[in-house]
Amino acid sequence: MIEIRDLHKYFGALHVLKGIDLDVQKGEVLSIIGASGSGKSTLLYCINGLEPIQQGKVAVDETNVHAKSTDINKLRQKLGMVFQQWNSFPHLTALENVALAPRIVKGKPRAEARDIAVKQLTHVGLGDKLDVYPSALSGGQQQRLAIARALAMEPEYMLFDEATSALDPELVGEVLDTMRLLAEEGMTMICVTHEMGFARDVSDRVAFFHQGVMEEIGPPEQIFGQAKSEHTRKFLANVR
Amino acid sequence: MFDYNFHWRPVMKSLPDLIDAAFLTLQVAVLAMIIGIIIGLCLALIRLHLKGPLYWFASSWVEVARNTPALFQLFFFGFGLGAFGLHLSPYLIVLAGLSFNCAGYLAENFRGGFQAIPDTQMRASRTLGMTAWQAYTRVVIPQVFRIVYHPVTNQMVWAVLMSSLGMLVGFRELSGETQFFASRTFRIFEYFAVTAVIYYVIVKLILGAARLLAARLFRY
Repeated sequence: MIEIRDLHKYFGALHVLKGIDLDVQKGEVLSIIGASGSGKSTLLYCINGLEPIQQGKVAVDETNVHAKSTDINKLRQKLGMVFQQWNSFPHLTALENVALAPRIVKGKPRAEARDIAVKQLTHVGLGDKLDVYPSALSGGQQQRLAIARALAMEPEYMLFDEATSALDPELVGEVLDTMRLLAEEGMTMICVTHEMGFARDVSDRVAFFHQGVMEEIGPPEQIFGQAKSEHTRKFLANVR
Repeated sequence: MFDYNFHWRPVMKSLPDLIDAAFLTLQVAVLAMIIGIIIGLCLALIRLHLKGPLYWFASSWVEVARNTPALFQLFFFGFGLGAFGLHLSPYLIVLAGLSFNCAGYLAENFRGGFQAIPDTQMRASRTLGMTAWQAYTRVVIPQVFRIVYHPVTNQMVWAVLMSSLGMLVGFRELSGETQFFASRTFRIFEYFAVTAVIYYVIVKLILGAARLLAARLFRY
C-alpha cells in the first residue's frame, strides 16, 4: 500500500504540491488527471524518491521513502516506472535493455535474466524483437519495451508518467492495451494520463489535480458523471 | 636551376633504426593517450559535478593545455622543472608533456560527451533500482564512449604527430632520430621525406584499426 500524508513539494519558491493525502491499495488502478503543471508527474517522482520532499510523508508498504535510513535502490525495485519519453537504452538490444537490471541490480545469472527478459518482452508483444536495437523500434514499441523493462524487476507497483503523451496518435492504442492487460492481471498502478477513455474504463478511482491540490478523487462514474468540483467539470469539458 | 642530387642510400641504411624509433614514437603516444584518457575523464567529471578548488584546478589545466603551444608545455616539463632542480629524462619530458596536453583536450571531448546524454537516461536507470555508479558505468559511459570515439581517435593521431616535438628536448623518437642522422650525413631532405612517409603509414594504420574496431563495437 502507498500512503501519502500532507505532502508538500517546492521547486525553489514554487509550491508544486500543496498538502496531498492519498492512499493507494494493493491491486488498485488509480488514474491521475489534470492540466499540465498541476503537480501530477511530480507526485510520481516523490513516490519513488526521484524528487526530495519538503514536508509530509510518503510510505510504500510502510517504508518511508524519504527517510535517510531507507535503502532507496531496494525500495525502487518494488516501484516500476514508465516515462513519457520512453528512455530506452540506445546502446543495448531490446533483450539487453530488459535483462540489464535483473542481472546487475538483483544479481540474477545471465541465463535467468535472459529468460525473464524473453518472458516480459513476449508479455508486451515484442517477442519477435529480442535482438533489435531501440533505434529500429517505433515509439509505441519503445514504450512497450520500457514497460517490459520495468516489469522484469517484478515490481509490486507501476507508476506511469503520461506514458502515451509523446506517441503518434496511431501508436497510443498498443500502449494502452498493454496497460489494460497489466490492470487485468491485478497490478497496482498509478497512471498520470491525458487519456480520458483509459481513465474511465480501466481505473478503480480517478483523481483530479488542480494547481498542486488534489481537488477531487472518486470512482470514474463520479468524476466523469457528477464531479463535485467546478474545476474538474471545467477541465473535463475542455478535454472532450 | 635544380642541381640537388638525391642520395637515398644513407637513409636506407639507417631505416632499421628509424623503424625502431617509430615504435618508440608509437609507444610514447599510446602511453600518453592512456594517461590522458584517465586524467581527462577525471577532469571532465570534476568540471561537470564539483565546485570550489578542484573545479578551478581542473579548469586551469584545461585552459593551459588548450591555449598554449604544446611545445611550451614540453619545455615546461623539461627546462621549467629543470630550473627547479627536477631533471626528467627526455622520455619522461615528452610523456608528461603529451599526457598533460592530451588530458586537457580529451577533458573537453568527454565533457561534451557526458552533456550529450539526457538526464532521463540516468533517471530511468535509477528507477530500475540501479545505484548511481551502476547507472553511470552501464548506461551513461557506454553511450559517451561512442560519442567521443572519433574525437579520441583524432587525439591519438595528434599525439603521434605531436610527439615529434620531442626532438627539441633531445628525445630520439622518430623525428629526433631522423634529425640525428640527417645532421650527420647532411641528407636532410631525404631523411625527413622518408620519415614523413613513416608517420603517414603509422597514422593510416591507427585510423584503419580504429575503423575496424568501431564497426565491431557500435552496432546500434
